[in-house]
Amino acid sequence: MYYICIIVFLNITIKATMVLETVHAMTTLGFTIVTLAGSLAAGFLGALTGLGGGIIVVPMLTLGLHVDIRYAVGASLVSVIATSSGAAAAYIREGYTNIRIGMLLEIATTLGAIAGAMLAARLPTGAIAVAFGAMLLFSAWMNLRPQPEHLEPARTDRIASWLRLGSSCPAEGGTKTPRTYGVQRVPAAFAWMGLAGILSGLLGIGSGALKVLAMDKVMRLPFKVSTTTSNFMIGVTAAASAGIYLSRGYIDPGITMPVMLGVLTGALLGAKVLVRARVRVLRWIFSGTVLVLAYEMIFNGLRGRL
Amino acid sequence: MMRYGQEWSDRRLETVLGTVLRFGVTAAALVVVAGGGIYLWRHGGEPVSLSLFRGEPSDFRTPNGILRSVLSLRGRGLIQLGLLILIATPVARVAFAVASFAWERDRFYAGVASLVLILLLASLAGWVG
Repeated sequence: MYYICIIVFLNITIKATMVLETVHAMTTLGFTIVTLAGSLAAGFLGALTGLGGGIIVVPMLTLGLHVDIRYAVGASLVSVIATSSGAAAAYIREGYTNIRIGMLLEIATTLGAIAGAMLAARLPTGAIAVAFGAMLLFSAWMNLRPQPEHLEPARTDRIASWLRLGSSCPAEGGTKTPRTYGVQRVPAAFAWMGLAGILSGLLGIGSGALKVLAMDKVMRLPFKVSTTTSNFMIGVTAAASAGIYLSRGYIDPGITMPVMLGVLTGALLGAKVLVRARVRVLRWIFSGTVLVLAYEMIFNGLRGRL
Repeated sequence: MMRYGQEWSDRRLETVLGTVLRFGVTAAALVVVAGGGIYLWRHGGEPVSLSLFRGEPSDFRTPNGILRSVLSLRGRGLIQLGLLILIATPVARVAFAVASFAWERDRFYAGVASLVLILLLASLAGWVG
């Protein structure tokens, strides 16, 4: 109950940030404080639901504070790198991350991220907003879908065994013998990762859900291996497009400073609370927020207001 | 399938990588906080529309320009330096992976990691996009 109250409060904070129409009468200090508070809430919720802060930060900046969507995406990309690297430092010691798989698929995600960043510079901002709205709808649907039972570990197929991708990870239940796992359908996963990279570079999100989907469902990796390896890849993917955003001048220090600090702090707090939180109720509330944002992004994008 | 030695050096690589990441993020956040402090001290009272939402001048978008504005102690230059450190953190992680695969004489994965590194450097240097 206690946590539900916090979540409701955070949602109100985010929505309050969005209805502030007086942005042009604001001082730089006021803008910084409002953005910092909203980003803190976004990072916190993003960590609790596992969807990341980016999908809330970009609508908050564009709809609420009338920031150009490319600046919002640039700021979000930077905060994605911060949270991914911060979390990876903790995960990587646990021994679930498969660095070979991560590196191999990063070829696809970085190529996609570069393509996505190039696309962002050429598309009208309204089209980016509509794409963002569509991605929000997809995230809400993925988030509410019942999680199917995980399939039995697969045998390693020919390509994966030539690439030496099979490995082992700590077994559940505290047994000492590591659990070995196989890997399947690498080319299909490679294609999915390219798409995840494009979305990341175009929309400034980590695309974690899509990456996990490709590793969990297509390659049939153990779930914990999928999530930690995905997190390992998110930072590298975002860095590939962030470089392009920076050299194009789409990373504004005044906007990115509060976003990066807020999302990073919120995500660190969220990771601490995660263990005790009631994830099911939270998913519903979060998905509700995401649906409203999806509608706003698509509607305003089509009207040419973003 | 996997030899013991290979697994051991993979684990060691992971520990080194974890340290690199934590150091990079902490350093970046501290520099951004310092730069943000200077920036707000000097410009905090100005109306927002004058300082934001415009294309960044070259001082804030190329590594050279950023270093120049840091040396003249500009707050926004310092923020951009912190962001540059942050973007460089995953790049350093990939560079470490190249070195460690090469150390293991794993040519194939040293090549894979080098390719990722080249893509990252190309985008950071502004060769693509």
